[in-house]
Amino acid sequence: MRAFTQAVAVARLRSLPMVAPLVVAALAIIVVAVAADPYLHTTVARMLPFALLAVSVAVVTGHAGLPTLGQVAPYAAGAYLTARLALTGIDLAIVHLLCAAVVGAVVAGLAGAVLVRHRGTVFLMLSLAVAELTAITAGQWRAVSGGTDGLAGIPAPRLLPGLPPLLGDRTVLLYAATITIAATAVAVWLLRGDRRMLLTATRANEDRARASGHPVNAHLWMVHCAAGAMAGIAGTLLIHTHRWITPADVGFGTAALVLLAAVIGGARSLGGAAVGAVIVLGVRDVVAVEVPGHAPLLVGALFVIGVYALPGGLTALPARLRRRHRRHAGPHAAAPPTAATSVRSTS
Amino acid sequence: MRIDPDQLPAPRSRRDPDHAHSTGLVAAGLRHAYGPLTVLDLDTFTIAPGDRHAVIGPNGAGKSTLLNVLAGTIRAQTGQLTYNGHTVTRWRPAWRARAGIGRTFQHPAVWPDLTCLDCVRVGGWHHRRNPDHTPIQVLNLVGLADQADQPASTLSHGHRRMLDLAVAIAGQPRILLLDEPAAGLTDTDTGRLLDILHGLPSWMAVVIIEHHMDVVAAFADWITVLHQGRRHTDGPAHLVRADPAVAALYLGTGGGDAAHP
Amino acid sequence: MNTLVITTVDGIAYGLLLAIAAAGLTVAFGAGGVLNLAHGTFIAAGGYIAAAWTAGTWGSLATAILLATLAGAAGGGVLAAATAGLRGRGHLDQALLTFGIALVGGDVLTAVFGSDVLRPRMPAALEGTVAVAGYRYPVDRLAVLAVAVLVAVVGYVVLHRSRAGRLVRATVDDRAMVAGVGVNPRTVDAAVLVASGALAGLAGALTTPILGVGPGTADTALLLSLIIVVCGGLGSVPGAVAAAIGVGVVQTVGVVTIPALAPYLLITAMAVVLLVRRRPVPGQVT
Repeated sequence: MRAFTQAVAVARLRSLPMVAPLVVAALAIIVVAVAADPYLHTTVARMLPFALLAVSVAVVTGHAGLPTLGQVAPYAAGAYLTARLALTGIDLAIVHLLCAAVVGAVVAGLAGAVLVRHRGTVFLMLSLAVAELTAITAGQWRAVSGGTDGLAGIPAPRLLPGLPPLLGDRTVLLYAATITIAATAVAVWLLRGDRRMLLTATRANEDRARASGHPVNAHLWMVHCAAGAMAGIAGTLLIHTHRWITPADVGFGTAALVLLAAVIGGARSLGGAAVGAVIVLGVRDVVAVEVPGHAPLLVGALFVIGVYALPGGLTALPARLRRRHRRHAGPHAAAPPTAATSVRSTS
Repeated sequence: MRIDPDQLPAPRSRRDPDHAHSTGLVAAGLRHAYGPLTVLDLDTFTIAPGDRHAVIGPNGAGKSTLLNVLAGTIRAQTGQLTYNGHTVTRWRPAWRARAGIGRTFQHPAVWPDLTCLDCVRVGGWHHRRNPDHTPIQVLNLVGLADQADQPASTLSHGHRRMLDLAVAIAGQPRILLLDEPAAGLTDTDTGRLLDILHGLPSWMAVVIIEHHMDVVAAFADWITVLHQGRRHTDGPAHLVRADPAVAALYLGTGGGDAAHP
Repeated sequence: MNTLVITTVDGIAYGLLLAIAAAGLTVAFGAGGVLNLAHGTFIAAGGYIAAAWTAGTWGSLATAILLATLAGAAGGGVLAAATAGLRGRGHLDQALLTFGIALVGGDVLTAVFGSDVLRPRMPAALEGTVAVAGYRYPVDRLAVLAVAVLVAVVGYVVLHRSRAGRLVRATVDDRAMVAGVGVNPRTVDAAVLVASGALAGLAGALTTPILGVGPGTADTALLLSLIIVVCGGLGSVPGAVAAAIGVGVVQTVGVVTIPALAPYLLITAMAVVLLVRRRPVPGQVT
């Protein structure tokens, strides 16, 4: 019994370091906000919806073990719903966020009903079909999406009735950062302790988990829905920071980029996914300015480099460097535990 | 190692004696084939509370298929399963497990990234509020309490089998299905396995699939012999083990080393 | 009525071309578990080469088709080499890598060939129309149909009658078994990727007379191929061919009759296939 309580205490202590990255992220945003460069404010603010989407992909890919391209579906649903609400005159941010979370969860739940019965490459392929379906729908359903031209001139949201709309670059940045960090913190909090343990068990050996009475697919479906709610919120942020949307924003390209971001970040690390998203967008939008018209080339190279150079993602990097250092230190150095660095095979 | 059977209290419903008679598992007309190859064809198969039942037979006799059908991993093409008065033929493995049909696996993979204690916690998740049945007690039962905080991936093969068994026991099954629990174990580990099996509470029905005849002899009081998916022999353990036809079945298929009655 | 018949024949021809494209994808998926997201780019590359090389002569047409096939094979070779470096890293990394290659390849294609829709210059004999069973029909389409049937037949014979084809099918069924007969499954994987790329290049070259080739070709071709692979049963070539003809007909006839719903028809068909199939689809490499 004592060993058990000790183990629980250790588990609690282990969850503490999860707070540190969130604090670092908050400090980074504050540093950016203090700078007097409106262009920087806008650039960073526009990265945040994508970062939150990457976090939701990391939840599905890393924690549920299902590599997904399909999170653009709830993202698109949240974004278009927000845009429509704003265009019809409902401009309260909280209403947008709640509605988008609900519709995101519903869309992810519908897609997930088919998807979660599959694993590995098959899941990836079917989620790709979901991504394509999203892009097609966004292009075709003119009444909602404005067709391939998209929607522009979407009114800015208000935090409270009577307050001025969120228009200033710095205000939008702080608002989007608050939502992103809060949503990520909630996800990190939800995915710790026993839930993390159950999901680890589900990923590692689902037959054993079933034989212990865990309805594996139902668990995965719930994770998929929750991640969908998060993607829906990310969709709202997309509208609130950009105030326009085209089908390309929710297409297959976005799906692949955001999956790359999650993989670069280290699929089980939600903070890592957000950082990965910032890197990916940095390459696409900031570096690509230097070579106009060749953003796909750079992003493609980033995919190749990211996959080759960062097995296990950024979060696995310290352990890999340590191992390399140890290998150079001498052949007798103990082999490091592989569990910490291994990437989960998606098969 | 002495084990007090009372370390594993019966689920509440089991303490009701009237209830105990209707808690068996009855399979009728089970048939399963892969293309032209019939791997299982059993008219009836019954498990009553407290059974110590061994299913033996040469390789390919359908033993594992039978276990998978009972546990729900495979749904038999025809046949009906009744458990505890319910028709469970279409129940999924997780439902059956929660209803009290537990199992171990031929390849005990458990959950490599979790500690032994967490593995047992996941196994006993649906009984986690039961103060009489804590994960550490179950680990104690199988002799892994010292490794409670080690990841399951660091365990030896024998210990991994014990952990798989502990995970199954933690689910407080009424029927425990063991798929070749002694395969690959050293003599010491086999002895410990038998101690654990003997220590299981008397209300729990235990079915093992086993090649190791010493284990079968020491454990089972009823033996079913399967051959090519069909029942070859069925009866009290001492009679089946003395049956020359059973020995011939093993010798005839080259499995002589496994069968020395 | 005339248009509908012509469109249906178009659809079958297009379906056969898609079958050629998707056969490679489905085998690469079934045998090696590689989800090749660069497949559409190979198809587009074949199309661009065909469009750029043809000069209205039979010789240039033959060379163009050959070059497109070779370019596809080379692309498959690059892919095989690139994914070989990722052994043991899981299929997600492989898929992302192929997408990276697709992006780079797409950028190169746009840089070289521009962003207009190109069409090949066919020999004069193929430019006219011909009367078949009372319907006037463009000659080039009939020629494409004939070539597609020929390729499908040759592909079937290779897959079912040759040792290499049997090895590939055996790898789809059971990788361990192939290793058991003394063949390295990785060699099979690499060969399959090269062959798959060659088929993609060929399919691209053959499609251009019907559809032309432009910046959207790669994405459309990939999407259609993936739908075919899923509907055909992931790894099954006969399934892919049947699904491809269905998709080809739906694409062409659907676009003419109910343009707004055509894209949904395919996705709906795929969803129905997935829901009806009780067990998880085969080809899941564990």
